[in-house]
Amino acid sequence: MSLATTQSIAEIKARNKELIQEVLRVYPEKTAKRRAKHLNVHEVGKSDCGVKSNLKSIPGVMTIRGCAYAGSKGVVWGPIKDMIHISHGPVGCGQYSWGSRRNYYVGTTGIDSFVTLQFTSDFQEKDIVFGGDKKLVKIIDEIQELFPLNNGITIQSECPIGLIGDDIEAVSRAKSKEYGGKTIVPVRCEGFRGVSQSLGHHIANDAVRDWVFDKVTPESKPTFEPTPYDVAIIGDYNIGGDAWSSRILLEEMGLRVIAQWSGDGSLAELEATPKAKLNVLHCYRSMNYISRHMEEKFGIPWCEYNFFGPSKIVESLRKIAGYFDDKIKEGAERVIAKYQPLVDAVIAKYRPRLEGKSVMLFVGGLRPRHVIGAYEDLGMEVVGTGYEFGHNDDYQRTAQHYVKDGTLIYDDVTGYEFERFVEKIQPDLVGSGIKEKYVFQKMGVPFRQMHSWDYSGPYHGYDGFAIFARDMDMAINSPIWKKTKAPWKEVPKPKLLAAE
Amino acid sequence: MPQSAEHVLDHFELFRGPEYQQMLANKKKMFENPRDPAEVERIREWTKTPEYREKNFAREALTVNPAKACQPLGAVFASVGFEATLPFVHGSQGCVAYYRSHLSRHFKEPSSCVSSSMTEDAAVFGGLNNMIDGLANSYNMYKPKMIAVSTTCMAEVIGDDLNAFIKTSKEKGSVPADFDVPFAHTPAFVGSHVTGYDNALKGILEHFWDGKAGTAAKLERAPNKKINLIGGFDGYTVGNIREIKRIFELMGIHYTILADNSDVFDTPTDGEFRMYDGGTTLEDAANAVHAKATISMQQWCTEKTLPFIADHGQEVVAFNYPVGVSATDEFLMALSRISGKDIPEELARERGRLVDAMADSSAHIHGKKFAIYGDPDLCYGLAAFLLELGAEPIHVLSTNGNKAWEEKMQALFGTSPFGQNCHAYPGRDLWHMRSLLFTEPVDFLIGNTYGKYLERDTGTPLIRIGFPIFDRHHHHRSPVWGYQGGMNVLVKILDKIFDEIDKKTNIAGKTDYSFDIIR
Ligand code: SF4
Ligand code: SF4
Repeated sequence: MSLATTQSIAEIKARNKELIQEVLRVYPEKTAKRRAKHLNVHEVGKSDCGVKSNLKSIPGVMTIRGCAYAGSKGVVWGPIKDMIHISHGPVGCGQYSWGSRRNYYVGTTGIDSFVTLQFTSDFQEKDIVFGGDKKLVKIIDEIQELFPLNNGITIQSECPIGLIGDDIEAVSRAKSKEYGGKTIVPVRCEGFRGVSQSLGHHIANDAVRDWVFDKVTPESKPTFEPTPYDVAIIGDYNIGGDAWSSRILLEEMGLRVIAQWSGDGSLAELEATPKAKLNVLHCYRSMNYISRHMEEKFGIPWCEYNFFGPSKIVESLRKIAGYFDDKIKEGAERVIAKYQPLVDAVIAKYRPRLEGKSVMLFVGGLRPRHVIGAYEDLGMEVVGTGYEFGHNDDYQRTAQHYVKDGTLIYDDVTGYEFERFVEKIQPDLVGSGIKEKYVFQKMGVPFRQMHSWDYSGPYHGYDGFAIFARDMDMAINSPIWKKTKAPWKEVPKPKLLAAE
Repeated sequence: MPQSAEHVLDHFELFRGPEYQQMLANKKKMFENPRDPAEVERIREWTKTPEYREKNFAREALTVNPAKACQPLGAVFASVGFEATLPFVHGSQGCVAYYRSHLSRHFKEPSSCVSSSMTEDAAVFGGLNNMIDGLANSYNMYKPKMIAVSTTCMAEVIGDDLNAFIKTSKEKGSVPADFDVPFAHTPAFVGSHVTGYDNALKGILEHFWDGKAGTAAKLERAPNKKINLIGGFDGYTVGNIREIKRIFELMGIHYTILADNSDVFDTPTDGEFRMYDGGTTLEDAANAVHAKATISMQQWCTEKTLPFIADHGQEVVAFNYPVGVSATDEFLMALSRISGKDIPEELARERGRLVDAMADSSAHIHGKKFAIYGDPDLCYGLAAFLLELGAEPIHVLSTNGNKAWEEKMQALFGTSPFGQNCHAYPGRDLWHMRSLLFTEPVDFLIGNTYGKYLERDTGTPLIRIGFPIFDRHHHHRSPVWGYQGGMNVLVKILDKIFDEIDKKTNIAGKTDYSFDIIR
């Protein structure tokens, strides 16, 4: 049985507060002061989680965060399949992010689709010294010659670009003109900008606004006839097919999805989105900017939803349907009814195996809160959570709609803190990223990667929920966790905290 | 609705069902503004032609699918090979997230490394404060015995001076004055991860041997009988280093493995997370100056380190990722010559077993054509082994190989009748390789995980040897060096050859012949 369910809330809070004090003791004074602001125990009724966020990471502490380039190339732009995304600068960044994010798509790779190719300008010393604009010009020409079916090009700036004073905007403009108005998008997502991936999302959103939307002329109409039921999926990167298992539900309720941002997306879809009647927004963190822009400029409302786990799916389907007429509202009910037997069967099968198990999370954009409902549908409890690059509006949403009283909150957690927290709280499952996976598995704690779905997925929608439930069961109830101690060394583990 | 609780379909099956296929087809037709399929087909065919190859090879600026990474990755890889050493990369933090992920995805192990998290203000004012705070934090939190500093391209472009920064940090009390903080500048726009390995290793040796950046006396070399060994950047480091140690012990040689990361990338799951494990002790790193000789298993990973060591009066010997019979022979004979110890009968028996296995299976490999890509030394070692097997390494491509590498490869080809039609391609990428495979097809491709895209496009079966290997598990635990390692490589190649024969002969009612039970 999990610790959390056998202790009173007051005890849990006291323990968590003590834990925070304990980890802070390892830091030099100045660092302890800064880190203290990012750690808290959630108090029910508060409007946010009581932590500071979106601040600079502290040097040397082993932050889990990435950079703005990762937020732009890795998250927002990379999945747009019919465009070529140049990792502009030295070879590394593009190499490490090559194909690792599992943004599923369909296309003829290398001919009309390019998601799993690594295009780089592979900067050499002379490019740093003399600037890379000439090279960029040539790269665009070579792309046009060798990949003639590309529908556009983006330039994803790596650290050096902004430091050596290159003018990638001028190059983009000139080349676009030369190639008959071709979409060429310079993105200033150098890794040193901002404090995490987050600013990269914002910069990438702005680049869509300035270099895609602003170029769409009234006469460049979409090729389809608009209907009153047109929506766009915003902020779903189709990891393991998430956007597909979401799209199918929206279509089944009678809506028409005219664009996916950006998983399995295309330039035509980006351009057509201003025709949507509603933007449905999954990852608020990475795409709220463009949603707000479309609201202001084109009057398109947007609506946050959550397709993790049946409770939130039902809530979300109804919420989305609320923007439309009875036909859609009935459609939503029809979808809910259709999948209820699947939901019942999944819960009947897995809930008994997972009931009462505790989870600690540390992930990016929306997942530190969005997946909580799915765990709860399986009878599990999230006892600690935190955002890699959340802002205060994320923590507000988390506090108001998701976490329970006494939950341990850790923003931009450091390797040291996370390890200590898990060691002391001993959750039944940790959900975080590849860098954390093996640390916790070595400790004998079941783990699931909650960025890449540990190479599984989809986890969105009803189809995804079945997979999610199976995966969590597989992680927690794997027989291997009983084998981590050699039998001759087996000693009863001294529980660090009184329980059971 | 295909999904069920009884039989949960995951992405492999789910999206292949009619509901999703229909949905995806509609999406494409209605909203993606797709290209005319005939046009896609035409271009696809065009990319297979010699004409396309010519244009492709005329590329001067664009790189597509390179087989190399950047310097700091190699620096981190080398640094964790020292006892309780925390790699500290000075610059932007995103890079460090990438190195850690990259190494973890290959080894399926934790990868610990910190960043000085420089941001926009540091770009303007320099990263000194980041270094001061960063060293203090790392030292207090992670209790390392040594912090090995390298740089991302941001710190290099703005010109941060590591030597001065570390000195200042010590003055400010970030770490004790006598705490070891070796450093290396590792600009990502020069060389590749193998260069970074070289720079970092040299930085560490320089630190210990040449007076710790002016804070201690330089070591006086007092020659002993030990041999130092440097593995180089190697995806098989776990298996290889252990095999090398076994060989040293069999021969009774006293040795020091420099940058021994074979344990830290292979820690047990037993309830404890070991952030540090094994590694060359700092004492051994310092004492390595006294060794009789240093052997590098990878010339191109030690281009600066070896001359540095030679300058300290040692003999240095470099190999090119020795795989197979002759390369291992040469390696052992060099050990024997330097140490004065005989090669024990046990190793001779192992040699005989490898030769035996090669003889048994030679008929299946002889005359087969291969393409290889990877790091320069790896390419050389594998090509040499293939020549030994009577196979032809037709295309050997190394994105981080240079002119000198090309010459050395061509010289190797010249030594064998099987090398007559073989070519080395320095500085080329996997999109070049694609053209080579279409215009001059081979039977098999040897490379890392990214070779699977080439396999899909060209139909050339991929044998996974190299770095990174993300989509197969645990191969890095077995050696490819030594006679036993040669055996592992042989079996890997043979398995693929036999699988392919079976795959081509398994259509019931059509090819009932050739689907043999004995091969
Ligand atoms: S920014 Fe530079 S150092 Fe960092 S990953 Fe990219 S190429 Fe390598
Ligand atoms: S969860 Fe994170 S990484 Fe994932 S899409 Fe959202 S912002 Fe991005």
